[in-house]
Amino acid sequence: MDSLQDTALAGLSPRAVIEGLPVGVALLGPGLTLAAMNPCLEALTGFSWQRAAGLPCGGVIRSSLCHRGCPAAKVLEQGVRCQGTGNLINRAREVVPVRITASPLLDSAGRITGILETVEDLSRVAAAVPAADGGLDGLVGVSPALRKVADLLPAVAQTDSSVLLTGETGTGKDLLALMIHRMSPRANAPFVKVNCGALPEGLLETELFGHVRGAFTGAVADKPGRFSLAEGGTVYLTEIGDLHPPLQVKLLTFLDDKEVFPVGGTRSVKSDVRVIAATHRDLEAMVAGGVFRADLLYRLNIVRIHVPLLRDREGDVRLLLRHFLDLYAQKFNRDIPGFSPEAEALLKTYPFPGNVRELKNIVEYSTSICPGGEIQLGHLPEYLALHRESPLPARREPPGLGAAPVPPPRSRAGESWSVIERDLIVESLVACRGNRSEAARRLGWGRATLWRKMKLHGL
Amino acid sequence: MKKILITLLQDEVAPRFDLATDVLVARTDDAGRVLSKKTLVLPAPSGEQMCQLVLSEGADVVVCGGIENEFWQYLKWKGVSVVDSVMGPWERALELSAAGSLSEGMILYPGRETD
Repeated sequence: MDSLQDTALAGLSPRAVIEGLPVGVALLGPGLTLAAMNPCLEALTGFSWQRAAGLPCGGVIRSSLCHRGCPAAKVLEQGVRCQGTGNLINRAREVVPVRITASPLLDSAGRITGILETVEDLSRVAAAVPAADGGLDGLVGVSPALRKVADLLPAVAQTDSSVLLTGETGTGKDLLALMIHRMSPRANAPFVKVNCGALPEGLLETELFGHVRGAFTGAVADKPGRFSLAEGGTVYLTEIGDLHPPLQVKLLTFLDDKEVFPVGGTRSVKSDVRVIAATHRDLEAMVAGGVFRADLLYRLNIVRIHVPLLRDREGDVRLLLRHFLDLYAQKFNRDIPGFSPEAEALLKTYPFPGNVRELKNIVEYSTSICPGGEIQLGHLPEYLALHRESPLPARREPPGLGAAPVPPPRSRAGESWSVIERDLIVESLVACRGNRSEAARRLGWGRATLWRKMKLHGL
Repeated sequence: MKKILITLLQDEVAPRFDLATDVLVARTDDAGRVLSKKTLVLPAPSGEQMCQLVLSEGADVVVCGGIENEFWQYLKWKGVSVVDSVMGPWERALELSAAGSLSEGMILYPGRETD
């Protein structure tokens, strides 16, 4: 294969040709090495062009097709366009389903001088969440409260304004953000989620805005930030109320100028991304308390959507129970037709302080415990039985500063599902004297599920 | 003394942990010398089988390309040090790993060696 310079692209920077394309694109030169890749492929793989330049494409794209049925290798053999579907593993160790198409670049004599490879992210093409009966385009439910939110989405998606999603934990803010992105003109570009509360200040700054080589010890190469990786798409900032004040200023600058300053850099980088932010906190109270910048709130608050509590979504519990039951029965390969009348009655009166996430976890637990047939009361988590004996009034999140204060639980009914699940695992492990296989059997899980959940709970 | 396991695709570190069928297992001493090495072949590519092989061989260090987070977490949980996203010839990866100077994401191609 001759050099790419011999092609019709001569005189143009190959990267400039493919830069703005909304799917991952790579130009391969001799030895299937990377002659160019566009920002979309950088976002997909997690490798910056600076680092990937000249490397074999297999080491960077890391697709399941690289080991067998590499489309680019087939193009060299057959001389025609080849396509394959598989997955890739990015730098964040995530598996992303992709479709890879390789096409030959021919010179005037018909010789292959390079290969154009497109990498499409199939996870973005897939539907958000399959709707149940009466579902609203990915949102499960028919309640007026949910319909009000769903009616807003198409119009909000078509604008490029910043969006602020508010609502208690577990209400589905992440799903709404993803739906807005997928309904928007930016749907073919990356959707990048950043949890502002999950990382310490310094790390979050480099994660969001990137850094330049030498910015600090260990910064051995330029690293693009999430804003750069989401070029053309959407950055979803969850837990925005936890954003450190210095970063609030930087975010403010970005919202004003659409430019980011990488850590240690002297030049700004233009970034065309839409910002969607979410929080379960009362930002107005935080502004009044001086811990959140008022000007940042005003810039984020252009479109505000409050996601309703599950207990305010009349009639949706039944639909959600059916939706998640179908999902987990299929996943765990169980033949479960539904809930017994007693179990359903209990679930319909339970206030679900953890909202949809708690309901989902309850169904997952019950489906994994139930060997088959209807889910009975005994298959539900124990703390629900306590609720039946002494139902607690629905707990509402009081507005205030800092993390939503959770009153110390008096009974299991006040505890989150996560705490209950952790206790269940510990109890089972103690009962089985640390034997994980036995504990997994006792819980009705596989060993891998127990291991995953133990890791999740830090056990 | 430590045991190093490298996933292979021909002469290079395999781009994918879960799709590699060939592995190199090497024993090295504290001075970084390779005492012995052998190549093993899995009957079919499988991330789970590869994890089992890592554990049954008693490897202290795994050198690989891309690895799914679940396998990475599992091996870390089992006390295995995983150096992933390594690209380049396996011989150079072994040399650096034996010397304790191989780190995640290193590119080891001649003339392109970077950390």
